[in-house]
Amino acid sequence: MSTEETAESFENTHVLDPAATADSQETVNREIADIHAAYRASVADGAPEETQPRIDFAPYRSSLLRHPTKSLHHADPETIELWSPAFGERDVHVLESDLTIQHNGEPIGERIVVQGRVLDGDGRPVSGQLIEIWQANAAGRYVHKRDQHPAPIDPNFTGVGRAITGPNGEYRFTTIKPAPYPWKNHHNAWRPAHIHFSLFGTDFTQRMITQMYFPGDPLFPLDPIYQSITDPAARDRLVATYDHSVTSHEWATGYNWDIVLTGSNRTLMETEEEH
Amino acid sequence: MAQAPELKLAPTPGQTIGPFYGYALPFTDGEKLVDRAHPGAIRLHGTVRDGHGAPIPDSLLEIWQADEHGSIAQETGSLIRDGHTFTGWGRTAVDNVGRYSFTTVNPGPTEEGKAPFIMLTVFARGLLNRLFTRIYLPEDTAALANDPLLSSLPPERRSTLVAVREANGDLRFDISLQGPEETVFLSYPRNA
Ligand SMILES: [Fe+2]
Repeated sequence: MSTEETAESFENTHVLDPAATADSQETVNREIADIHAAYRASVADGAPEETQPRIDFAPYRSSLLRHPTKSLHHADPETIELWSPAFGERDVHVLESDLTIQHNGEPIGERIVVQGRVLDGDGRPVSGQLIEIWQANAAGRYVHKRDQHPAPIDPNFTGVGRAITGPNGEYRFTTIKPAPYPWKNHHNAWRPAHIHFSLFGTDFTQRMITQMYFPGDPLFPLDPIYQSITDPAARDRLVATYDHSVTSHEWATGYNWDIVLTGSNRTLMETEEEH
Repeated sequence: MAQAPELKLAPTPGQTIGPFYGYALPFTDGEKLVDRAHPGAIRLHGTVRDGHGAPIPDSLLEIWQADEHGSIAQETGSLIRDGHTFTGWGRTAVDNVGRYSFTTVNPGPTEEGKAPFIMLTVFARGLLNRLFTRIYLPEDTAALANDPLLSSLPPERRSTLVAVREANGDLRFDISLQGPEETVFLSYPRNA
């Protein structure tokens, strides 16, 4: 997408979102604290620890009308649900994992490497699968028509990358550290810096999209999207680790982030059949 | 299936797709599992709505399905389509009024006597984690009546999972994230 396209006038549905409120950060913090306290009490009473975000999480105002109110219905996976689409070299070029070389010049900002492994819930590497990432630039701006944040677009940074995982589930992206950005959830709302990740497993039931965060972000306690995960140990799983062995001399700082998908039912059935 | 064993590792939580995926995830011909000229090509289309029945303009959908004969493709090439390889997977963003459209084929049953369906994943701004559902074809009423998932649902909820066949052969499947018409969304063993 060209910079001209980005600058064109565009109906900003994000700004006009009827779910957006003028509530204060303190109001949102209180709502988050109440939900978390109720969760801690339920775990103390023997309820299982939660691993996923609540989809019904009112402090994130846009979720109010967009979450199912009926509980998810259990299904035993059938054949198609036990498989995932296949991706490979035909789909993704190796250079797509370097977000700093997509234009003529060097993007502005802190060059970083983010690497890790994709595993399934049984600890098996997920190899040969597609990972997609997208993110804001070093000023907190997306190359997206609806992003109206008055921070500069970087003509040398699009912020989109793809990779196919290696034989041990490994991936490695070179990019620029994204900045926090404001949004319309409540007055003076800011997202912690993050990179969006999209992942496939061996079963399509493992399909997921999430966000990776950076260690020590002061915006964590204020962010209803991050805090929609009520369990602190589960929240920590979205935070990358600074890893000096990934940092390279006079070039880029390094972060490590392993991703664990949910359980595969196909490998489980195949293992059962082998017995 | 027997009681599924516990996971050895705690899964990484999901998060919302957010508002800004539009320049990153959709790709050329993502919605075309087959070319419109393909014999047996149909349109699968509908609208995504919120709890007030209002269209959701910022949702991304993916489908995953068997081919006409019930075979599951393991061909690469979804992201750079060559126009004739069937990969079984498609992705599309809804338009400004919440409508989506895929060009695909009717999936065949993957097992004899089973009701064929297309697997659907819904992502949206405001939706904190992805949702899964099934789009059943309306024709094989005997197989639908015997389907374990459909028969475990009351009739008014069951109907949210069965697509409507239009006069020209297209399939219509509307999605409601909330409200009286709320689509049945699914959980599977080991994916909580
Ligand atoms: Fe974002």
